[in-house]
Amino acid sequence: MNRPLPLRRSTVAFALVAGFTVLSGPVQARDLRVGLSAEATSMDPHFHNLGPNNALRRHVFEGLIGTDPDQRLVPALALSWTPRDATTWEIRLRPNVTFSDGTPFTARDVVYTFCRIPLVENSPSSFATFVRPMESVETPDPLTLVVRTANPLPLLPTNLTALGILSAKASGAAETVRFRKGGCEGMGTPPKSTDFGNPAVAVGTGPYRLKEYQRGTQVVLTGNPTYWGGAPAFGTVTMKPIPSSGPRVAALLAGDVDLIETPAIQDLPRIRAAGFTVTQGLSNRIIYIHLDQFDGAGWKTPTIRGADRNPLLDKRVREALSKAIDRKAIVERVMGGVAQPAGELLPYPLFGTTRDFPVVPYDPARAKALLAEAGYPNGFEITLGTPNDRYINDEKIAQAVAQMWTRIGVKTGIDASTASTFFTRRNKFDFSAYLAGWGADSGELSNSLNSLVLCLNPEAGLGFTNRGRYCNKEVDRLTVEAMRTIDDGAREALLRKASALAMADYPLIPLHFEVTPWATAKGLSYTPRVDQYTLAMDVVVK
Amino acid sequence: MLTYLFQRFGQALITIAAMALLVFVGVYAIADPIDMLAAPDATADERAAIAARLGLDRPLPVQFATFAWNALHGDLGRSFVYNEPAVQVILQRLPATLELAFTALAIAVVVGLPLGLWAGLRPESASGRTIMAGSILGFSLPNFWQGLMLVLVFAVTLGWLPAGGRGETVRVLGIETGLLTLDGLRHLVLPALNLALFKLAVVIRLARAGTREAMLQDFVRFARAKGLSPSRIVGVHVLKTILLPVITVIGLELGSMIAFAVVTETVFAWPGIGKLLIDSINRLDRPVVVAYLMLTVCLFIVINLVVDLIYAALDPRVRLSESEP
Repeated sequence: MNRPLPLRRSTVAFALVAGFTVLSGPVQARDLRVGLSAEATSMDPHFHNLGPNNALRRHVFEGLIGTDPDQRLVPALALSWTPRDATTWEIRLRPNVTFSDGTPFTARDVVYTFCRIPLVENSPSSFATFVRPMESVETPDPLTLVVRTANPLPLLPTNLTALGILSAKASGAAETVRFRKGGCEGMGTPPKSTDFGNPAVAVGTGPYRLKEYQRGTQVVLTGNPTYWGGAPAFGTVTMKPIPSSGPRVAALLAGDVDLIETPAIQDLPRIRAAGFTVTQGLSNRIIYIHLDQFDGAGWKTPTIRGADRNPLLDKRVREALSKAIDRKAIVERVMGGVAQPAGELLPYPLFGTTRDFPVVPYDPARAKALLAEAGYPNGFEITLGTPNDRYINDEKIAQAVAQMWTRIGVKTGIDASTASTFFTRRNKFDFSAYLAGWGADSGELSNSLNSLVLCLNPEAGLGFTNRGRYCNKEVDRLTVEAMRTIDDGAREALLRKASALAMADYPLIPLHFEVTPWATAKGLSYTPRVDQYTLAMDVVVK
Repeated sequence: MLTYLFQRFGQALITIAAMALLVFVGVYAIADPIDMLAAPDATADERAAIAARLGLDRPLPVQFATFAWNALHGDLGRSFVYNEPAVQVILQRLPATLELAFTALAIAVVVGLPLGLWAGLRPESASGRTIMAGSILGFSLPNFWQGLMLVLVFAVTLGWLPAGGRGETVRVLGIETGLLTLDGLRHLVLPALNLALFKLAVVIRLARAGTREAMLQDFVRFARAKGLSPSRIVGVHVLKTILLPVITVIGLELGSMIAFAVVTETVFAWPGIGKLLIDSINRLDRPVVVAYLMLTVCLFIVINLVVDLIYAALDPRVRLSESEP
């Protein structure tokens, strides 16, 4: 390549053309085609609080606060967020940011966004929960917001990462928009969710702009050349939903797409062998087994036989069931090494977790001894419920657990069903033991503790997924206190304490954290994200 | 003719009503959509609010009555997931599926009829035997495996054609079609072929059997005696006879290709209504599932009627009115 070449006329011509191209503008950015495993249900950033929707909206509608691949909060449209007192937050906005339609971004857009979220019609899963705690939102100047909440809310900044900011002007708001609890002023007629498929309505400040939204087929984004963080790496990003894993891998191998998310574990060697890059990283999703521990009057645990009362109420039995499981074997043989054994509910270093939190060791002999101590020397019979199409290899994991439990004398059967049926039955307490997963969207431990371990109390919004109905007042007290503690250090200490206390009581059986793989074509690689989102912004061009 | 049409219409209405009841109750029995729709951390109040908004808090008979009443007014409900009329969600996806189904149908007929005729005229020849052996293969290969193999060979290994998706589309008369762009056609080849192979085998077998039977009949002998050219005998008289069973079967198969191309659409990530149905079942998007199945019922009824009409046009012995002797 470096050898001097005899100068010919064609070479000169080529050099001229090349030179002209360089002079005529920036080098054309390359394009990116992505194969997604699930499709967003709407382009409206506030319609459906669902992973694929949240990932897609980050390209177009930035939030005040962003999250890095490890789910740490990073400044986006807000430069800083500081608690003034226990219930007041001051948020300073980034100056000189413009929306894709050229209008400047100010506090009015933020107020408009907060006001519009509860107005979204027929939202299947609303973002309004994040706005509801706000008592007042004031704008002393166009680049400052003061948000007051009724109770101390340390997670306010985390909640803000979920909300994409709309342009007040493009949405048809009045000149002044005023936040009022129970109905804002100056809202005009907010656009409907379906209107956002139109690029003229989908106006955000993000690194990409919407070019085309064809549901079921593709979403096409173009790079935003005036993005405050600099023009993005790709000129055009095309995202195609390919929900079945086989065809998704085939699309990558055939060169139809440059990046796919969650290829099946068994396909990884083949993808690597074909010269593609696989990157993988820990997720915030834990796979666990809930054990029915309800002891209300008249309740008979549904799927245990051979025991006169519910053996799972005995801590020794729960410990035995946990010690009977060889987590390493499950990770290596069932998960193909693509998972990490879990000791607590979130992997280190997410907020509230402890480095080297001990994983319950595999000890079948001790497990048998514990069962005998608890009065079950001959074990009992139990049925383990599991979905069969929701988590990576969910039913296979359940089968492995069933074998391991049977080995210590707890004869275990499997009841596997499709996700939609499984969750309905689970919510009706149809299982004495069930396998499921939980992804902590907020990326910090209070979310996991609250959903899986706190006493089930839907009215207070506590323990909402705790269908094992474990209940420990002290764990509740510590966690609820943490959820009202503004100081990060004190909050993290409380969460660590709550987690250690809870896990020592075997409230549930943690199995492993899912590891998410991505596969990319030559010249690209993907920075794995804890939240499992696939973002064009995290694609690295080598 | 008119009496016949009225009778058919009456039968159709009964079928649709029975189907509506079955589908609605069946889908109702699967599971509670709120468990899939609501965020897992939704409070009891939020869940109740969603149930009330979607009308899921009312008893089944009331829900069905509301659905039936609205359906009579042409409203099959709004998708829970997309918040758009269910029929609209389906119709957006329909062109992709129709494109696929009609292309597959065209391949099956255009390739299958001549091959079947040939095999019927020369049943003992090497070429005739090869065609029949090939048709057995087309019959017996599982659709999904065959699709994966097509992808593996033509997309992954040879790299001639894309592995999936629909390709570039253009808007003609308000409908997105990929039939008019090179990229769209390239994307269409493999899925259409995959969908067509089974029907192709069916057409070959029907055409062959029909030809063999027809060649022995008196009218062929008579035509020969009359001195008609072999090409006219085969091309007009025999072809017309063998078309009858082919049209019946193809009509039914067209319906199933449109309504249940699920496997092909999944393997080739084809954004048609089959994929929509699967997604909707998984998400418990009840209105879309019900509307889809109702539309499917109507589709089959229409296709059957059209087949009967074509039948009458092709075979003068068939009379559509039952009052004649």
